[in-house]
Amino acid sequence: MYKNVLQSIDHIAIWPVISFVIFFLFFLFLLWWTFTVDKKFIDTMKQMPLDDSITPKTATHEITK
Amino acid sequence: MELEKISYDNKIVKAFIIATVIFGVVGMTVGLLAAIQLFYPLFNFDLQYTSFGRIRPLHTNAVIFAFVGNAMFAGVYYSMQRLLKTRMFNDNLSWIHFWGWQLIILAAAITLPLGITTSKEYAELEWPIDIAIALIWVVFGWNMIGTIIKRREQHMYVAIWFYIATFVTVAVLHIVNSFEMPVNLFKSYSFYAGVQDALVQWWYGHNAVAFFLTTPFLGIMYYFLPKAANRPVYSYRLSIIHFWSLIFIYIWAGPHHLLYTALPDWAQSLGVVFSIMLIAPSWGGMLNGLLTLRGAWDRVREEPVLKFMVVAVTAYGMATLEGPLLSLKNVNAITHFTDWIVAHVHVGGLGWNGFLIFGILYWMVPRMWGTSLYSTKLANVHFWIGTLGIIFYALPMYISGVVQSLMWKEFTADGFLKYQNFLETTVQIIPLYQLRAIGGGLYLTGVFIMAYNLIKTAYAGKFIANEEVEVSQMIKSSHSGAHWHHILESKPILFTTLALIAIIIGGVIELVPTFLIKSNIPTIASVKPYTPLELHGRDIYIREGCVGCHSQMVRPFRSEVQRYDPKGGEYSKAGEYVYDHPFLWGSKRTGPDLHRTGGKYADSWHYRHMLTPGDVSNGSIMPAYPWLYDQMIDKEQTAKKISALRTVGVPYEEGFEEIANDNLDAQAKKITEGLKMEGYEVANEAEIVALIAYLQRLGVDIKGEKVAATIK
Repeated sequence: MYKNVLQSIDHIAIWPVISFVIFFLFFLFLLWWTFTVDKKFIDTMKQMPLDDSITPKTATHEITK
Repeated sequence: MELEKISYDNKIVKAFIIATVIFGVVGMTVGLLAAIQLFYPLFNFDLQYTSFGRIRPLHTNAVIFAFVGNAMFAGVYYSMQRLLKTRMFNDNLSWIHFWGWQLIILAAAITLPLGITTSKEYAELEWPIDIAIALIWVVFGWNMIGTIIKRREQHMYVAIWFYIATFVTVAVLHIVNSFEMPVNLFKSYSFYAGVQDALVQWWYGHNAVAFFLTTPFLGIMYYFLPKAANRPVYSYRLSIIHFWSLIFIYIWAGPHHLLYTALPDWAQSLGVVFSIMLIAPSWGGMLNGLLTLRGAWDRVREEPVLKFMVVAVTAYGMATLEGPLLSLKNVNAITHFTDWIVAHVHVGGLGWNGFLIFGILYWMVPRMWGTSLYSTKLANVHFWIGTLGIIFYALPMYISGVVQSLMWKEFTADGFLKYQNFLETTVQIIPLYQLRAIGGGLYLTGVFIMAYNLIKTAYAGKFIANEEVEVSQMIKSSHSGAHWHHILESKPILFTTLALIAIIIGGVIELVPTFLIKSNIPTIASVKPYTPLELHGRDIYIREGCVGCHSQMVRPFRSEVQRYDPKGGEYSKAGEYVYDHPFLWGSKRTGPDLHRTGGKYADSWHYRHMLTPGDVSNGSIMPAYPWLYDQMIDKEQTAKKISALRTVGVPYEEGFEEIANDNLDAQAKKITEGLKMEGYEVANEAEIVALIAYLQRLGVDIKGEKVAATIK
């Protein structure tokens, strides 16, 4: 049934165009945002993998085999 | 600042690492066997459980879901705890996830050699296993989102976004592609038929590459590469653009697997455009990875972890440039169905996934066992032997692809195909298949060396099951009121929802029109549902994995029409597949296309050919199928099969299932009587009879259309 209802969609060629426009606008927005974002924030984020174990306590590791 | 003592769970990471190494060895060994079968058919052992058609999906599933899957979970569990400064949300969930996943792998390892398969590439597992995968995947996601919620770091590092996108997208892909109608516990029919099934399958297949083999490993790259290089990622801004544009674009590109097929043109063009656009984010990511090493290239010389990562990221760059180029219709016309595609996926699989996995294993194991790597020298040997392995694998396959494709398309001055016999083009590339097996063997040798090195490392150290660290409590106010992305990163559920929306937009626009617009699949009046016997034959075709080597899609090229349908001159039309649950277009032609094979040869030819392919076609590399002559079809399933197919839309008349077996017997009798006249005696119920019935039906319906037109 639902197929019959929706079969009346015309102008199928517009679908890819819409998809492209959606993406393109999103992309422009993304570019604008990344170029205007606070540099301090970017630097904090960048460091994250490097200081993931703030104070490793090698001496107190629970050792199991 | 108040510090809090917590411990990271290394035990779960260890379990996933062990599984990674074991399944790496298993999956690649099976791959090597499959590679050898292609030039020594003897290695099919004339056994149904080890014939190429069943071994190939075993290889692909083992390396993708067992080797790469377990490595993904190891990398995610290791990095996520450290990036979010918290232990995993719930240890029990972690272990349910681990053991659940291994049980699924075990189920796959049992069912695939038994021929229990849906035949849809990388989604071969039958419906009960599909349900198990969905459940375990949810456990993984639940554990992940829970961990993110209880984190001590306000913002989520880019790696975490990639993990979230992986979770939500794989869930959507798996569920949508797995809609199937069960016949019994071990058999189901795809909910979709023909073109729709193909589109859903390649929307899934393409995005499984994207969201199972790529995004989690990009997350892993963004965490482990800076760690190994001991410097932050080159550009965090670029990583943001990389993430959003990658997940947004990737989801649209699936139709590039179906160029020149019966898929509607608009969908093909959509796939091409988005594939080309994909170069930008992919290369952005690759450059971001490589540039992270700026000023540290001297360390690449000494540190095996970095060596592996550099080759991995480079392979990612190569594969993601090659992919879009293969999506151009003119390039695709030459490369599709050939070994070029095999080379392409192995540059991605062996180079990107494999080498990145080796890199992180060499990174994690010494640290988790509180020691240093047992032998850097052995790791370097592994690196070089693995690199040589990739080269010896990929180059012969590229050459093989081009050689075979050009031979398929070569015409004589008189306008005839120069190589009319498909087999001539196969024999030509056998030396290249042998070289490829050497490449695979080298690569596998490297994995053994790594396994030895890692085991020795572990024994030299002591395993740190719970790694204790002191971390500060999360300071929530640092960026409040700032940009939207800050807010987004501090709200994981919202972030997850947006990522889901981004991928769903692509999926919906790609899939919905094909489902709903009738004009996309013009029906052909003379195309009728399969007879009960043909249906059984088709299920045998599916069980034996024939689709792994034979396409059922004659593309609209003069060379293909002349080769596969010289008399009728018909390429494959969308309307011919409307009753195909699942579609069996295939993605590789190791043997010829079969879509117009009906009526081409006598029943007796098929009878002899399936028994001893090498005798009927001299030099054939096709396995023999002796068991089809002794095994009988299960007629009790006929009615169930008919009912299941009717449920998914095949117009069998009500009550047909009750007389289906009479219909089956009559058709089988006709075939066996014909065979008997030529001196071949076989039981009516023998599987070979059903298979012959199916093969003889392939592509003949459209001829009825022509007859009807002539009469008019």
